Amino acid sequence: MSNDILILAEHLNGKLADITNEMAGQARQLAGALGGQAVAVLLGSGAQALAESIGSDRVLYIDDPALAEFNPEAYARVLAAVVAQRQPRVVMLANSSVGMDLAAGLAVTTGLPLIAYVNALSAEDGRIVATSQIYGGKILAEAVPAGEACLVTCLAGAFRPEAGRAAAAVERIASPAPLDGLKVQFVRLIEPEAGDVDITQQALLVSIGRGIGGAENIELAQELAEALGTVVSASRPVTDAGWLPKTRQVGKSGLTVKPKVYLAFGISGAPEHLEGMRGAELIVAVNTDPKAPIFDVAHYGATCDILDLLPALTERVKSDT
Amino acid sequence: MILAVAIKQVPNLTDDLEISADGTGLDYDALTYVLNEFDEQALEEAVLVKEAAGGSVTVVGIDTTGELDGALHTALAKGADRAMKVTGDFDRDLGSEGQAQLLAEAIRPLAADLLLTGVQAADDRDGQIGPRLAALLGWPYVGVVTHVTPEPGCVRVHKEYAGGLLAEFVVTLPAVIGVQASHQPPRYAPVSKIRQIAKTAQIESVAGQGTPASSSSVRRMFKPEAAGQAEMWAGEPEEVAGKIATLLTAKGLLKL
Ligand SMILES: Cc1cc2nc3c(=O)[nH]c(=O)nc-3n(C[C@H](O)[C@H](O)[C@H](O)COP(=O)(O)OP(=O)(O)OC[C@H]3O[C@@H](n4cnc5c(N)ncnc54)[C@H](O)[C@@H]3O)c2cc1C
Ligand SMILES: Nc1ncnc2c1ncn2[C@@H]1O[C@H](COP(=O)(O)O)[C@@H](O)[C@H]1O
Repeated sequence: MSNDILILAEHLNGKLADITNEMAGQARQLAGALGGQAVAVLLGSGAQALAESIGSDRVLYIDDPALAEFNPEAYARVLAAVVAQRQPRVVMLANSSVGMDLAAGLAVTTGLPLIAYVNALSAEDGRIVATSQIYGGKILAEAVPAGEACLVTCLAGAFRPEAGRAAAAVERIASPAPLDGLKVQFVRLIEPEAGDVDITQQALLVSIGRGIGGAENIELAQELAEALGTVVSASRPVTDAGWLPKTRQVGKSGLTVKPKVYLAFGISGAPEHLEGMRGAELIVAVNTDPKAPIFDVAHYGATCDILDLLPALTERVKSDT
Repeated sequence: MILAVAIKQVPNLTDDLEISADGTGLDYDALTYVLNEFDEQALEEAVLVKEAAGGSVTVVGIDTTGELDGALHTALAKGADRAMKVTGDFDRDLGSEGQAQLLAEAIRPLAADLLLTGVQAADDRDGQIGPRLAALLGWPYVGVVTHVTPEPGCVRVHKEYAGGLLAEFVVTLPAVIGVQASHQPPRYAPVSKIRQIAKTAQIESVAGQGTPASSSSVRRMFKPEAAGQAEMWAGEPEEVAGKIATLLTAKGLLKL
């Protein structure tokens, strides 16, 4: 086994995902401590320029037409072959739509342990220690893999990105695994439909979560937003339930917003939601649960019932303006 | 089409979660359990696929809490045809390797065409069971899926990326799909119907065999230290509303 840290580079629509260089930064630190190198693996086709933009020590660029778009089966085959050949200490994948499809399957094929939802990763006396955010962000668990090597999936925003480095040496190779006879076929990308409003352009957002209780209460948030001259955004359960259109969703699989003020009403603050709004200038959270993780990122908070607060605030705004 | 759905109960995240005395797990006795929300979505998608293509839906879970029956009865009330539970003297901390192996053994004899799981469960070691099951069964896996359309010998699925971007894949059956959301909001089952089913339903039990040890161990569990970073406002809703209004005015977002 080597002491190298392998990173799966992630890219979509010709753009490198931010988390790739976040992982590269962390991998370089860890590799430094272990006496190895941070090696990014980029799977693609005609993606040499992307490979050159990664801040790792080295980049392994695997070029094949079958890798032009993300395909979980093709990626899994290639990664398993790379890991078998290179025997890294740690394989870092993003805890993203891509990484989540691959990591656990790779754990089975390589026999390596997987620690998911990692937001801190270090070496202690040569042993890997990873901290995971579990139970919707309410609990942290510090784990050590049974053997020397392991796989981890990393949370977006957990590590400082590697910036301003000279391009790493890119080694371009053909796929080390056969890519024919795939049972998963990529068909096309489907761009999101434009919504009636663009929540990313608002200076103020009234954002509601499952705490709103039901479709019949959405009105309370709409009335407040109207009085404030803005719009309502939401967490995933609200859009999944069809209470608001998908275009209003903030978070990992929704939109990233950076308003001046984000009012989070009845939102628990799961890591996937925080990913989309932690960049807001000021966050105010109202949630009946004083232990809700949203209070860890909010600047101001209150524990009242939003079904009382929403009408009270609407009243107040109307009487003030 | 023979469909199977793996369902799991998870601690209710709005409860107080207390760390166990030895500091490496939760105080499980103090917890209440609910069905994992993504499993509810997976079940709905399975029933929608069955309604479109014909066939049957079997729900299966590992009964680690001794309380799985309620979730299985609810699934039957929502359109599942068969319910199965894997029983045994399991540790509540049973790792992903162990759970995946128990489930794979229970699911293999079903000769299913399509196995749906939730994209992840909100407890420990998230999102591992679906891909692990796929690897153990030798089937392909696509996760973070929001739409499954049955076609002869395959399914067409929509997978979500960030910002609402989707990718469409065609997946040859048998396959495992990790469901993020069903393409219609999950249906509601009236309590009276669930009660009725609870009286008559047969839940099949499968005895779980020995499981492998977890390949990584939690040495410490703790609550985030940043907790309580927010400055908390006490008081009645009217007072809190006043504080928010003052803040918005200061930020120039509320013109007086
Ligand atoms: C791959 C993936 C992608 C995801 N993408 C996203 C995403 O883009 N965006 C997103 O938001 N989530 C996303 N999620 C889901 C995420 O994990 C959480 O499930 C979700 O954010 C929870 O939403 P919530 O806070 O509204 O609901 P809950 O977690 O159920 O929280 C509701 C909160 O409301 C409080 N509450 C209840 N009643 C009241 C009341 N009357 N007054 C005040 N407070 C009350 C409760 O105390 C609780 O804290 C994703 C999950 C996965 C697996
Ligand atoms: N013990 C279990 N019994 C049945 N299904 C499970 C179990 N654990 C996980 N699953 C399924 O696998 C999905 C992912 O779970 P996890 O890997 O725990 O995040 C869940 O949404 C369930 O569909």
